[in-house]
Amino acid sequence: MTTIYIPRDTTTISLGADKLADEIVNFAADKQLELSIIRNGSRGLYWLEPMIEIETSAGRIAYGPVMIEDINYLMTSVMASASANVYTDHPLYLGLTEDIPYLRDQQRLTFARVGIIDPLSIEHFLQHGGFQGLKHALTKRPAEIVVDITDSGLRGRGGAAFPTGIKWQTVLLTESDQKYIVCNADEGDSGTFADRMIMESDPFSLIEGMIIAGLAVGATRGYIYLREEYRLAQQVLEQAIHVAEEHHYLGEQVHGSGHEFRLEVRMGAGAYICGEETALLDSLEGKRGMVRTKPPVPAVAGLFGKPTVVNNVLSLATVPVILARGSQFYKDYGLGRSRGTIPLQLAGNVRHAGLVEVAFGISLRRLVTYFGGGTRTGKPIKAIQVGGPLGAYLPTAQWDTPLDYEAFTDIGAILGHGGVVVFDDTVDMAEQAQFAMEFCAIESCGKCTPCRIGSTRGVEVLEKIRQGTQREKNSQLLIDLCETMELGSLCAMGGMTPFPVLSAFNNFREDFFQSLERDGEI
Amino acid sequence: MVQHLNWDPATISRIARKHLDQEGALLPVLHSIQTEFGHIPPDCVGQIADLFNVSAAEVHGVLSFYPFFRSTPPGRHTIQICRAEACQSMGSRLLERHAKLTLGIDFHQTSADGEFTLEPVYCLGNCACSPSIRVGTQIFSHVDSARFDALIDDLQTNILEVK
Repeated sequence: MTTIYIPRDTTTISLGADKLADEIVNFAADKQLELSIIRNGSRGLYWLEPMIEIETSAGRIAYGPVMIEDINYLMTSVMASASANVYTDHPLYLGLTEDIPYLRDQQRLTFARVGIIDPLSIEHFLQHGGFQGLKHALTKRPAEIVVDITDSGLRGRGGAAFPTGIKWQTVLLTESDQKYIVCNADEGDSGTFADRMIMESDPFSLIEGMIIAGLAVGATRGYIYLREEYRLAQQVLEQAIHVAEEHHYLGEQVHGSGHEFRLEVRMGAGAYICGEETALLDSLEGKRGMVRTKPPVPAVAGLFGKPTVVNNVLSLATVPVILARGSQFYKDYGLGRSRGTIPLQLAGNVRHAGLVEVAFGISLRRLVTYFGGGTRTGKPIKAIQVGGPLGAYLPTAQWDTPLDYEAFTDIGAILGHGGVVVFDDTVDMAEQAQFAMEFCAIESCGKCTPCRIGSTRGVEVLEKIRQGTQREKNSQLLIDLCETMELGSLCAMGGMTPFPVLSAFNNFREDFFQSLERDGEI
Repeated sequence: MVQHLNWDPATISRIARKHLDQEGALLPVLHSIQTEFGHIPPDCVGQIADLFNVSAAEVHGVLSFYPFFRSTPPGRHTIQICRAEACQSMGSRLLERHAKLTLGIDFHQTSADGEFTLEPVYCLGNCACSPSIRVGTQIFSHVDSARFDALIDDLQTNILEVK
């Protein structure tokens, strides 16, 4: 019997994967073929999606992007080839999936199973090394698990890059009758979809990571705070939690160990600021998502005032591989103080958009040219925004910067959650700068003045600069305002909005000064 | 498209009680109410406040903080257009203008015939295939003006078939 893999994640469905699956089922019924159809997650080669894979003795071979009208010809050719075991006779033939250079040249640790397994099959998960990390964790004392994570060099993949082990150590050492593990799945940065992919394509890895975190710090309850926009992820996660409960990985006894761990998904409601960890905690408590002042840090007084680990999806989903293969194995990837791998997301105006997990240290230029293949529109790249709406816009001169937390900090930029958005030469950088301020004005929680008022004044000042009104004075005002926001804001929302604004203003000044000076008119 | 019911205090009470044993249950309750009725009727805020033993102002404060919660019924189809940077890089600003012109409404408005509600959204996590929009819970990739028109056409045609 031939096994066919048809992906099922938000993006592949938006490209017609569900309809393809129906069509293939119909085709098989018509021709009385025996097919085993597996809905895997996406491999993240999105320009090739929907990418269908066929199991062969040599490995899986891929076809893509497959449209409805290709099905008849494709399936006939696949069936004809199946008997001869030759599959090359089709224009959409991509060869062995693992040999596609985009995939072959990655180092997938966090994403090792993504796109390979049926996301909801615990058997697939186990066959591909799932729960090996948990198995090891169950033989260790809590402090030993924390040491493993600290030694691996893992830093928060949500954007702040705080050492995960230190956070866990604080929670472990803080005594309390109740502790929590909270997964930040409020992936709101534009250009990012790695969390979504993990949750939709390998949810058990996140569940495993959260169970291990619970064992490490002595927490019995976990929450996944998921953004409202991710409805498929919600569905998959809730099903996966149910399966994990049935198999006794979650519940009163984690795998018969005597340790309790329960998990629940909670939905956000469209507020970007809830990706900030303290606003997230307020939201989980049923309040407005207002940023809290620190200290105390959530590791000491977090959810309902109890010691809480708040980690991003990617950080937690990376924990199992560290426990399974050892901290040294993970640490051997990367450079400097950025150890391990980082799942980067190529997005926006780029030919080969998708998920690229590589060791830290690759240059931005190689990422967008070798992997990305330049712009989708075919025009020259003008700017690349790395790290979401609070990340800097980088001009050509900065594209040789290695992707490494410290190297990016040194040039006034951030890696953030690994989103890389490419813009061609038609972009108006002054418009982008103004949008950054506008976004901050819309999404600010309103607690601190520099962010709440500063962003609105920022939109106005940028409008004036773009109109050519008292250009010199307003430029100085913009710089002063950005300084106030950066130094005076309570959290990264107001504190980092100046990054995209000033990087655009400093590196693409000509876009701001297009109209004639109108000094004296106003 | 989802058919919504008219609200009544007994249903609100029934929905809320299902969640009351959860920690910090207010957001789950509000989600359930909106799923059932399409919006959160302002008249039920007092009742929710009583159930949680908080003031109506606090419930209102939560409701008004989150863009997803709405106090008025939406149109038959809610269309969200992504305004974030990845979509901007592929022409979402043009799409925004086109959508507003085509539907004759601005963001946060519902067309006079009650067919469409237009909302902005800041990222659908579909940034590899920008520009993206969401209709109800369904996400669409590579949406330019022509694709938008075709989708609107489809949505209206389907309604006629139902009638």
